[in-house]
Amino acid sequence: MSQFAVNLIFVGGSFLLYILIAIWAKAGSTKDFYVAGGGVHPITNGMAIGADWMSAASFISMAGLIAAGGYANSTFLMGWTGGYVLLAMLLAPYLRKFGKFTVPEFIGDRFYSKSARLVAVVCLIVASVTYVIGQMAGAGVAFSRFLEVDATMGLIIAAIVVFVYAVLGGMKGITYTQVAQYCVLIIAYTIPAVFISLQLTGNPVPPLGLFSTHADSGLPLLEKLNQIITDLGFNSYTDDVDNKLNMVLFTLSLMIGTAGLPHVIIRFFTVPKVADARWSAGWALVFIALLYLTAPAVASMARLNLMTTIYPDGTAAAPIEYDERPSWVREWEVTGLIQYEDKNNDGRIQLYNDTDAFKAEAESRGWNGNELVVNRDILVLANPEIANLPSWVIGLIAAGGLAAALSTAAGLLLAISSAISHDLIKGAINPNITDKGELLAARISMAVAIVVATYLGANPPGFAAQVVALAFGIAAASLFPALMMGIFSKRVNNTGAISGMLAGLTFTLVYIFVYKGWLFIPGTNNLEDIPANWILGISPLSIGAVGALINFAIAFGISSVTEQPPKEIQELVESVRYPRGASGAVDH
Amino acid sequence: MSGHSYDSANYWKANLRLIIGSLIIWALVSYGFAILLRPMLAGIAIGGTDLGFWFAQQGSILTFIALIFHYAWRMNKIDEKFGVHEE
Repeated sequence: MSQFAVNLIFVGGSFLLYILIAIWAKAGSTKDFYVAGGGVHPITNGMAIGADWMSAASFISMAGLIAAGGYANSTFLMGWTGGYVLLAMLLAPYLRKFGKFTVPEFIGDRFYSKSARLVAVVCLIVASVTYVIGQMAGAGVAFSRFLEVDATMGLIIAAIVVFVYAVLGGMKGITYTQVAQYCVLIIAYTIPAVFISLQLTGNPVPPLGLFSTHADSGLPLLEKLNQIITDLGFNSYTDDVDNKLNMVLFTLSLMIGTAGLPHVIIRFFTVPKVADARWSAGWALVFIALLYLTAPAVASMARLNLMTTIYPDGTAAAPIEYDERPSWVREWEVTGLIQYEDKNNDGRIQLYNDTDAFKAEAESRGWNGNELVVNRDILVLANPEIANLPSWVIGLIAAGGLAAALSTAAGLLLAISSAISHDLIKGAINPNITDKGELLAARISMAVAIVVATYLGANPPGFAAQVVALAFGIAAASLFPALMMGIFSKRVNNTGAISGMLAGLTFTLVYIFVYKGWLFIPGTNNLEDIPANWILGISPLSIGAVGALINFAIAFGISSVTEQPPKEIQELVESVRYPRGASGAVDH
Repeated sequence: MSGHSYDSANYWKANLRLIIGSLIIWALVSYGFAILLRPMLAGIAIGGTDLGFWFAQQGSILTFIALIFHYAWRMNKIDEKFGVHEE
């Protein structure tokens, strides 16, 4: 059977499964649509959060980022998991007790202000739309690589599948498809990793393999990797970094941003009890950690495999001849994600760090520049081929990458559509709408959101690569502080909260735009985006944490010189702090 | 929700104490051991590198999981002690 047929069976089979689940889990009421009826088991919810959270970026890109950056990019591992500690202790149980359907609804009620709710809706939509573009684009790429269809065509197929289960089933359909998608993606991610770990270290558990002995050389795996890459002029994989302030702030921004992302928060509204919200945060992190503990092992092992493929006889000997390159290099060359140019016409592949420091060494060996460019996103996707695994594993990876992209897209689309139908239409435009009318409005909003996301995914704005920073910056600087203060302070009032959100948001956006261009339009940046220009060495990607601090400071400052919140609001705060009486999300 | 019979002020204090303790450990393993204090742990070798690297790539994640489950378990006890647990 051809690889194409195998991929088709795996991807088609997984899609059929999602659609069958959607038909089984059709939503009958707004409560079904927004919070899956409020009866999801905490372990089930934890698994759904895992799929919701782990996007195309986690599945495809993260291992590549770590492989390229080594220790410095551990920030992604800690940042994208540490946020769950904040969620479990600072937000999820209390928002579950509040017992309504959306994040802006809490902000609007707690700060007794339609404007606050509206600011929250805008933050939510900007953060979620920017995030969903990347998911749709990622799904399109996976389709074009594995099913040999045009990326736009692939995108439309993906959109139709999401449409069926998200519009029909709402949160209920999404929850149970996410459980299936989690299983698909985690199996797809770990199987190749286990085999690679076995081949390199003899240890079948990748996270243990990472710190084991490299079977061929007898050295610790990481020491062997360091030796090879430093011989070729690259930075050591495990070396410490100089700019610790930026590393701390970047990690903190990712953590706070994770805790403030609405599509993750609303998943905690689906469990029956407050205690379940706490447990499901723990389960979510267990399911996420299965991938996040495997990723750094995949990263170092894939990097080592790549280097030993190019330098089979060691770094001191001549690299491999181009005509003898393995078949996976040939296959990925077709996609343009691996590029080779024989700069010194010796018919061999020179892969090294083309810097001034290494220039003398390179010249003495007759090298005329680095000749192989490998797109870091292919590491995970090419893993089964690098490890010589059978073709069904490749089919599994294709289905897994799509599961990661689609499950996150569906969660984001639900957050967007519920903000529109519940917060804008029912909350502001037509408060007297019937449950049936609101359900229809929610489905129409979802359909429109899918069309917009598909269009933007097919025609990504030039800033697609920067959007993750924007989404995390917004969530960290605006939503997280407002939610936390709403629960932990009775003193913060409407004026304080709105000023805080706007100040945090404005500061963060301005800092990002100054370096990345206003609205990310190329050429409109005021300062070049290089470390020398950053204030105190803080990168625009790390600024969300500072924006959050500003939000807290302004909100407390202004609240302390303005009036107390009304008595019933202080009682609302009191009530969200105590679990008793949380049965079922409240209809109103 | 006024007129509750339980000791709400002390319940909230117990929750805050538990959160603060947990977040100190949360910060210590990630911002501490994995980043700022890494040079101090450089002497402790593990698998070709040092303990700080292990905390950055594995140790902090494992600690986060333990922290959340510990918090959920302790809070259930505290909920019951103060009589605010769900029926």
